[in-house]
Amino acid sequence: MSDAVPILNALDLSIAYGKDDAVKNVTLPILEKKITAIIGPSGCGKSTFLRSLNRMNDFIDGVSHRGQILYRGSDLYAENVDPVEARLRIGMVFQKANPFPKSIYRNVAWGPGINKLPGDPNERVETALKQAALWDEVSDRLNDSALNLSGGQQQRLCIARALAMEPEIILMDEPCSALDPVSTARIEDLLFELKKKFTIVIVTHNMQQAARVSDYTAFLENGVLIEYGETDQVFTRPKETRTEEYVTGRFG
Amino acid sequence: MTTNKDLVTSQRLRQRQAKATFFKYFCIAVTGSAVLILGILLYQIISDGYRWVDWQFMTSYPSRFPEKAGILSAFVGTLWLVSLTALLAIPTGVLAAIYLEEYAPKNRWTQLIEVNIANLAGVPSIVFGILGLALFVRFMGLNRSVIAGAMTMSLLILPVIIIAAKEAIRAIPNSLRQAAFALGATRWQVVRAHVLPAALPGILTGIILALSRAIGETAPLIMIGALTYVAFLPESPMDEFTALPIQIFNWTARPQETFHELAAGGIIVLLGVLLLMNALAVYIRYRGSKS
Amino acid sequence: MTALSRKSIRWGESILERVFFLCAFLSVITTAVVIFILIRETLIFFESVSVTEFLFGTRWTPLLEPKSYGILPLVAGTALIVVGVALLALPIGVACAVFLSEYASARARSIIKPTLEILAGIPTVVYGFFALTFVTPLIRNFIPDTQVFNAASAAIVVGIMVLPMVASLCDDALRAVPQSLRHGAYSLGATSFEVTTRVVVPAGLSGIFAAFVLAVSRAIGETMAVTLAAGATPNLTLNPLESIQTMTAYIVQVSLGDTPAGSLTYQTLFAVATVLFATTLILNIFGTWIMRRFREVYE
Repeated sequence: MSDAVPILNALDLSIAYGKDDAVKNVTLPILEKKITAIIGPSGCGKSTFLRSLNRMNDFIDGVSHRGQILYRGSDLYAENVDPVEARLRIGMVFQKANPFPKSIYRNVAWGPGINKLPGDPNERVETALKQAALWDEVSDRLNDSALNLSGGQQQRLCIARALAMEPEIILMDEPCSALDPVSTARIEDLLFELKKKFTIVIVTHNMQQAARVSDYTAFLENGVLIEYGETDQVFTRPKETRTEEYVTGRFG
Repeated sequence: MTTNKDLVTSQRLRQRQAKATFFKYFCIAVTGSAVLILGILLYQIISDGYRWVDWQFMTSYPSRFPEKAGILSAFVGTLWLVSLTALLAIPTGVLAAIYLEEYAPKNRWTQLIEVNIANLAGVPSIVFGILGLALFVRFMGLNRSVIAGAMTMSLLILPVIIIAAKEAIRAIPNSLRQAAFALGATRWQVVRAHVLPAALPGILTGIILALSRAIGETAPLIMIGALTYVAFLPESPMDEFTALPIQIFNWTARPQETFHELAAGGIIVLLGVLLLMNALAVYIRYRGSKS
Repeated sequence: MTALSRKSIRWGESILERVFFLCAFLSVITTAVVIFILIRETLIFFESVSVTEFLFGTRWTPLLEPKSYGILPLVAGTALIVVGVALLALPIGVACAVFLSEYASARARSIIKPTLEILAGIPTVVYGFFALTFVTPLIRNFIPDTQVFNAASAAIVVGIMVLPMVASLCDDALRAVPQSLRHGAYSLGATSFEVTTRVVVPAGLSGIFAAFVLAVSRAIGETMAVTLAAGATPNLTLNPLESIQTMTAYIVQVSLGDTPAGSLTYQTLFAVATVLFATTLILNIFGTWIMRRFREVYE
C-alpha cells in the first residue's frame, strides 16, 4: 500500500436507512489516479457506500451517517459544504444508463453548460466523447437523440457526460451490469485509459472485472469492510478466510 | 480542474443555489395560493349565506319575497333526480364494466367501446343536455319530467361509473379468478361470488363520486327545461321538477343582493350534501383498504 | 349435476353475457345518437343559412332583427375564456405540479392533493356565483370601467376550475420522469432548480402539453360560470373587460326561452353544439393521444 495521501478517505463511516446500518464502521482510503474496486455480495452496502462519496444519498429519505468522509482532508459533509460543489469534483456513472432525452451533444454539453465551465463547448464535447471511446461511433450524428443509441453506447455516453465535467473522481455503480460482454470489454478498456487522468471507484459484483481493472480492492460483506488491499494481494493471497471464500467461490 | 481544490462554495454556485431556493419557495407560494383560493371561495359563500340556512329555508318553496323563499322543491327535486339516476346508471354502468373487464374478447369492437367511453367522459355536459332535449324531452315526449332529467344525467355519469368500476375490477388479482374457475365455477359465478365482492369498495367509491357529479350538474338540466318556477313536489317520475343547482343558478342570475345571499345559502346546502357523500366515499375506501 | 341442468346454466350464462354487452354498447349508441341528432338538425339549419355565413360571419344575432348567423363572435368569446386557462391554470398548475412532484414531502402531498381535488369537485354553478359576487367586484375595484358581465371574471374562475385537473395531470407527467434522470443531473453538479427546469420539465413536456390541451377542452365546454359571469352579448372582441357570449352560454340562453322545436332558432342550438362537440372531441382525442405517446417513452 502506498503512503500517498488519499484523495477521498472514509473514516469509521456508518450509513443507516432509518435505524438499520447498511454500512458499518468502514474506514477506506481512495487513492488518487488509481482504480479502487468495491466488491461484495448484493445487498452488502457497496452501492450505499459509493453513493455517500458524492452525497447522492442526500436524495434518499431517512438516510443518515456517522463518521467522516474527507475530500483532500476537508469534511465532505461539513455544514458549509454545498453538495453540488462536491458533485462537481466527484462525478458518477450509474448502474443503468440514464441519458437525458436530449441529443447526444446536449447530453455531454449539459453539465458544463449549467456550471458555465470555461472553454469551447464543442471542444469539450469532442474530448469527452473521445475519452469515452464513443466519438468514432457518433461524431456524424451528434444531434440524434441519445435514446436511439444502444445500451452500451448509452452507458459510454453517460461516462462521457461525467468526463465532460472534468471531475477528479468518477464513481461507477456497477456500470456494466446491464451490458453485453462486448460492451463490457470496451468499457473495461476505457477504464485503463481513464485512470491516467482520473481517480475511479467502481462497484462491481463481477469478480473478474474487479481483478482485471482495479489497482485496489475492498471487500464488503453485510456493510462491514472485511478486507482492503492491492488487488493482486486480495485475489491471490487474501488475509481473511471470508475474502478467500468469496473470491474463490465465484472465481472458479 | 478549473475549480479550487477545497470544498468552499464558489460565488457562482451561491447565486445558482439562491435561484434554486427562490424557485422552490415560489412553487410553494403558488401552491399555497391555490389552496388559499379554495379558502376564499368557501369563506365568501359561507359568510354570504349562513344566515339564511335555517329550517324555514329548507321547508319553503321559492318565492318572490326573499324572506319567504326556500329550497324545499329544489332539494326534493334533487333527491328524486339522484335516486332515479342512481337506479338507472348504477346497474348499467357496473354491468358494462363487468362486461369489458371479465367477458369482452380482445377485438376491435371492444376497443371501439373502450375508446368511446373515454371520449364520452370528456364531452361537455351541455351536449348531453342537447341529447336529453332532443331525445327524451321532445322525441320520446317525456317533457320536463324528472325521468327525462334522470335519463340525461345517467348517460352523463355512465362513463364515470364505468371507468371507476373497471379500475376496481381490474385491481382484483387473477389468481382469485383462476382459483374459482378451477373449482368448476362458471364465469358469472366467479364474478358474482368473488370479483364483485372484492371490487365493491372501489366500485362504490366511483359510484358516489359519479352521483356527486350528477348532483352538481346544472347545464344539462337547464337544457331539458328544468328551470321553471316549481311550487310543488314531484310525486311521480313523470312530474316536472327543479333541482338545487338550478335554484342556485336562478337566484345568482337575479340582480338583487338578497337573492345572491339566498343563492349562497343554497350553495351551502349543496356543498354540505356533496361533503357528506365525499366523506362516505373516503370512509368506504378506508374500510376497503383495511380488509 | 345432470347434463340438462349444466346446459341451462350455460344458457343463463350466455343471456347474461348479452345483457352485459348491451350495457357496454349503450355508450356507443349514446355517441351515435348524439352525432345523429347534431348532424341532422345542423343540416336542416344549413338549408336556411350558408355554411360560409355560419363559419365566417362576424355577427351573431339569431334572436334579434336583423338576424345574422355568423358564429365567430361566439368563438371569440370562447377563445377569451381559453386565454384565462392559458394564463392562469397552466402556469399555476405547472407550479403546483412541480411543488407536488419535486419538493413536497409525502405528508404535504397527502394534504394538498385532496385539497385540490375539493376544488375540482365543486359544482360549476358555484364558480359562477363566485365569479359574479367576488371576482367581478374585485376587478371593478381596480378597473372601474369594467362591465358587470365580462370575459375576464369568467376566464379567471374557469382557470381556477380547471387548475386541479392541470395540476394533477402535470404531476402525473413529472412523476413519470424516471428518478434516474434526476440523479444523473444531480451527479453533474446541478442545483434542484436546474434539474427541475432543464431536465424534469422538458422530459415531462408532452404530458404537460396534453394536460393543457385537455384543460382547454374542458374550458371550451364549461357552461355555468361563463353563463353567469361573462354575459350574453355575442361580441367579436378581444377585450376581456367587455361582456361577451360563449358557445355554451348561447345554448343556455336559447334553452332558457321557450323555443319551439323546428324553428330556425331551435336549429341554431344544434349548429353551435356541433361546433362545440367537434372541437372538444378533437382536443380530447389529441390530448389523450399525446399522453399515451409520452407514456410509451419510459415504459
